[in-house]
Amino acid sequence: MSTLAACATKPFKILKDEVLVLPGRTVVLLACLGLLVFPAISQEPFVLRVLILASIFAIFAASWDLLSGFTGQMNFGHALFFGVAAYTAAVLNMNLGLAPWATIPIGAAAAVLAGLVVGIPCLRLRGTYLAFATLAFPLILVGVVYAIPKITGGELGIYGIASLAGSRVAAYYVAIPSMIFLGFVMWKISDSKIGLIFHAIREDEVTARASGINTTRYKLLAFCLSGLFAGLAGGLYAHFLKAAGPSTLDLLLSFQVIIWAVFGGMATIYGPIAGVIILYPLTEFVLIRYLGVPTETRLLIFASIVLVILLFMPRGIVTWLRDKTEKVCPRCKLQNAAWRRTCRVCTAELR
Amino acid sequence: MAENILVYGLVASGVYALLAVGFSLIFGVARIANLSHTAFYMLAAYLIYKLGSGAGLNIYLSIAIAVAVVTVLGTASYRLLIARVRQHEATTLIVTIAMAVIIQEAILKGFGGQPQSVPKMVSGSISILGVSVLNQQLLTLGVVMVVLIATWLFLMKTRSGVAIRATAQDREVAGLMGINVPRIEMLTMAISVGLAAVAGALVAPLFVLTPGMWAHPLVIILAVVVLGGLGSLKGSVVGALVLGFAENIVVFLAPSGAYLKTSVALTIMIVVILIKPEGLFGVVFEEERG
Repeated sequence: MSTLAACATKPFKILKDEVLVLPGRTVVLLACLGLLVFPAISQEPFVLRVLILASIFAIFAASWDLLSGFTGQMNFGHALFFGVAAYTAAVLNMNLGLAPWATIPIGAAAAVLAGLVVGIPCLRLRGTYLAFATLAFPLILVGVVYAIPKITGGELGIYGIASLAGSRVAAYYVAIPSMIFLGFVMWKISDSKIGLIFHAIREDEVTARASGINTTRYKLLAFCLSGLFAGLAGGLYAHFLKAAGPSTLDLLLSFQVIIWAVFGGMATIYGPIAGVIILYPLTEFVLIRYLGVPTETRLLIFASIVLVILLFMPRGIVTWLRDKTEKVCPRCKLQNAAWRRTCRVCTAELR
Repeated sequence: MAENILVYGLVASGVYALLAVGFSLIFGVARIANLSHTAFYMLAAYLIYKLGSGAGLNIYLSIAIAVAVVTVLGTASYRLLIARVRQHEATTLIVTIAMAVIIQEAILKGFGGQPQSVPKMVSGSISILGVSVLNQQLLTLGVVMVVLIATWLFLMKTRSGVAIRATAQDREVAGLMGINVPRIEMLTMAISVGLAAVAGALVAPLFVLTPGMWAHPLVIILAVVVLGGLGSLKGSVVGALVLGFAENIVVFLAPSGAYLKTSVALTIMIVVILIKPEGLFGVVFEEERG
């Protein structure tokens, strides 16, 4: 009986002790709930479309962060994973008639393979060399995509594949929970021992190796994990738009994901997700609809916002907000609300 | 066929070399990967179009004004934007990407998306050993040679050049020797953007201008500097020759070559750094030893 009661009260206990104690986590919880009940307020197809795309790109940006933010392996060609998965899902759906629930995981598996293909040669490279080398991979693939239009549809891409779900609202309830779930999984990974090792590799790879960590294996793991999540995003994207085109491999998409992630705050997982959820709807319709910004200056406004925010908060907007509202316990290194005098766990005095 | 490859390959290599040397310079001295480098090149080309065709100025005068304006803009953006965030590597990259996008969108707004062209500075063509070459292409090659040699002489023979090389080797020691490092970095940025503007002036009469013309050269010069070795000027020139020719050989010889030229050029870069991770003439920087 008592175990049953414990099971029933456990979620509330977690809610009280782990979520509501930190302003950041409370905001995340409220935002998730808000997104989940949003269709009750408005079912305008265009707004739902923007939010679905935002959640897909949020998974994508977080997967970049898992690789580049955590291990410091700057990936400038992250669109490769997105595009490989999108094309794989589209080809499988088009030619073999597989349903989205099968093509999206297979697409993600293809992206994991792409992660290995990029990761293994790039193990020997560091820093800027790595960044510029990874940039090349999606662009090499774009050339191949154009050169074999019979399979890939050339410039137009593959269109007319199966839809993600029956209706726009149903697609919304596939994309948003996927984003929340995958974001949570990535955050848990980054918070685990693996995440700690990723941090160590970024901070000092030689020391990590000297401490007995097989850095090669963990770097490859980072490439594969990142490919997996980016691939899931790519598959969702292809099935939501019912098309996979060369724009999924575009240089601008590779840059865009870095912009979102750095804007939100690197090496946090929630930073890039928040970055996309803030920036994407803002530039897609909020500014245009409510502030009368002309559509053709969208990208200009986007770049200017990013520029100004980063000049004043060079480590990203979410990191900046977090550091204003939370502080780290000097003894046990746990996050605490900024207004607390003592740590919520070890009761050490907070400075 | 072979003569086309030779002529177009040389012209493309020359332009890539100018761009890559400028990119490499500021990277070597200040460790800033300026992804807006080719956006400045595009801006210069468009300014020449505007001053020459729009305002009706003499072509040489409009080139001089465009190069000066772009150099000042580039240096100012370094001082006001890049220098403030440069200790955060990723943020620096994003700021330079944002600058490139802003330039692209401003051009799209000011000139529209349709391709533009600039009249040639010299018309006609001559025949060298039976190969017909546009005079404009010869002029481009000549200017590339002169500018590259002048840059090299400046770096090797003048006090400022020595200071730039010293800063590239070791910022701290250069500072201790009485070199004004922030000023040298500004000077390097000015030279770097100036070279990009000259490259823009050279391609303006040869290529069509579109607001997206910065992306392809950016990808290629990133590949060129990695291939040649980051921070090495000799490497940049050799890398530019390799990739410039590789692209044109593919365009003229391979089926659907226009699509595959970038793929082949980038594959060459990947293969080279797999064999030699620091590039052909790479310098191992003190702080990057691991």
